[in-house]
Amino acid sequence: MVIRIEGVTKLYRMGAETIHALRGVNLEIRRNEYLAIMGPSGSGKSTLMNMLGCLDTPSAGRYDFNGKDVARMVDDELAEIRNREIGFVFQTFNLLPRSDALHNVELPLIYAGLSPAVRRERALVALRNVGLGDRIHHKPNEMSGGQRQRVAIARALVNHPSILLADEPTGNLDSRTGEEIMALFEDLYEQGHTIIVVTHEEDIARHARRVVRLRDGLIESDGPVP
Amino acid sequence: MARLLQELVESFRIAFGQIRANALRSVLTALGVIIGIVAVTLMGTAINGIDIGFNRSLAMLGEDVLYVQRWPWRRVDDWWNYVNRPPLEVETAERLNRVIEATPESLLEVAVPVATRGTSVRAGELRLGGVMLFGTTGDYARIVTTDVAEGRMFNDVEASVGRPVCVLGSTVAENLFPGRSALDQQVQIRGERYTVIGILAKQGEFLGLFSFDNQIVAPLNAVRRQAGGRANLELRVKVRDKTRLAAAEEELSGAMRRVRGQLPGERDNFSINQQQAFKEQLDPIKAGIALAGLFITGLSLFVGAIGIMNITFVSVKERTKEIGTRKALGARRRTILLQFLIEAVSICLIGGLVGLGVTLAASLALGALLPALPIAFSPGLMAVSVLVSIVTGVVSGFAPAWGASRLDPVVALRYE
Repeated sequence: MVIRIEGVTKLYRMGAETIHALRGVNLEIRRNEYLAIMGPSGSGKSTLMNMLGCLDTPSAGRYDFNGKDVARMVDDELAEIRNREIGFVFQTFNLLPRSDALHNVELPLIYAGLSPAVRRERALVALRNVGLGDRIHHKPNEMSGGQRQRVAIARALVNHPSILLADEPTGNLDSRTGEEIMALFEDLYEQGHTIIVVTHEEDIARHARRVVRLRDGLIESDGPVP
Repeated sequence: MARLLQELVESFRIAFGQIRANALRSVLTALGVIIGIVAVTLMGTAINGIDIGFNRSLAMLGEDVLYVQRWPWRRVDDWWNYVNRPPLEVETAERLNRVIEATPESLLEVAVPVATRGTSVRAGELRLGGVMLFGTTGDYARIVTTDVAEGRMFNDVEASVGRPVCVLGSTVAENLFPGRSALDQQVQIRGERYTVIGILAKQGEFLGLFSFDNQIVAPLNAVRRQAGGRANLELRVKVRDKTRLAAAEEELSGAMRRVRGQLPGERDNFSINQQQAFKEQLDPIKAGIALAGLFITGLSLFVGAIGIMNITFVSVKERTKEIGTRKALGARRRTILLQFLIEAVSICLIGGLVGLGVTLAASLALGALLPALPIAFSPGLMAVSVLVSIVTGVVSGFAPAWGASRLDPVVALRYE
């Protein structure tokens, strides 16, 4: 079991109003699952994703990540978990514009404190694995959207995380490139990675093996992809 | 530890990348620091210079000489206590020397009477006014800090018979005998002819007030014969060990009281002066100038620091999303804090080094143009200004960097 969430709630205070983004969510994710989280805007989808990615902590409830209780962790401990256990893929790629592909992929390894030689070696392997072995010194603005997202995926995987967490990974790509990225996810899943994709597109969710649907801060349905 | 090192290297990489990418902005920001550092270091250089000039002047008085005079070298509010003091006589010096000789292990070496008066001097058609005439004995050579550049000092015999010979200060010699040697020439002081037997080495000005080179030294008996005893007499007492000046002063005070036959409890009817007295009076003034100067120039550095703070705030705002990304990838608070601090410090340090270069060039140029100006560009000052630049960077970068490090990654990632 990689992730176990029990009775998680999240409240936001917006002035005098209290918003219940999550109202008691239970979720378990096992190793080598391929999961899609779906839901309309305002369903708590983003909040759940932030929680899963250890970017945020629940107001109440339990969140165990690889057996560790992360719900009560402080900022720097969460940063450590994000660095080692979670690979993020963002809709807008979030690459550093002035750094080449290699340095972008090395970034998590810098925060892990690895030496330059080891970093370079591992970043090269990660870039080759996403088919960009010949683009290592290209800057983001010298690459296509699909290539940028591949760099981001290489960056997400370079530290061998427990989960790959992708937020609308194809949202900024044309449909053909989007399919390429989803094919890459399929490969990674076959290789044994645990993948969570947050999306509002049914086409994208269909690639996963399990779909969790949220509505009004609660899980509406949770089951295998038909 | 390894992690901190990698983070530091990365931070410097980012900082210089940022500075390069925003070249104009960085230059303008650094300019504020450059101006600040130039102002502060130039001020420091000037203060150093004043100090050196001041000490050089004081050294002319002799570090190991005590002056016995009627008046102290400080302002007195009770002049009536001084005005009726008995004048110092040649005899006082003789009796004082006998006391010194009789004292075992005396801290004092010799007391020399020196009569001083302003005079004018003539040589042929040339006339020079406002010259200081010192009438003294052959021991004078033992107490002055100047060397005789040409010729010699008069000896004890010449002094005691009052032979009309004299030693000229360098300015006097140059003005009365332009382009030729003054040695063995005749000068007229108040109608009497003196033969020049020596010329003093150049000494310079005393605190810019008067020149030590504008003087004539002659045998006391010759001067007194002319002045009819109206010359103002002082005793200069040489101390054996200048590190024990205070003890020597005490001994001298006791010896003078014996010579004067003063009773216990009676107030001294003489003053013992030394260069330290000047120092004590001028040090607070000097400190005041330094403080005011550094405060005013410090303000310009403060303006530079505000510029740095401003630009760091802008930098944090612009890169909020990048901060979010870095945090998502595992950057800790410390990492983000360091990143922006190093960016601020780098700009300050570059500004500081350029400023230091400008100051160095300026003080070298000034030194070449005005050699008389005591300018001191010290390595200590360099170290201090580098340190000041770093501190400025840390202080002004801290608030924005701290804010960046505390950003909520969720909020930062959503920022557009």
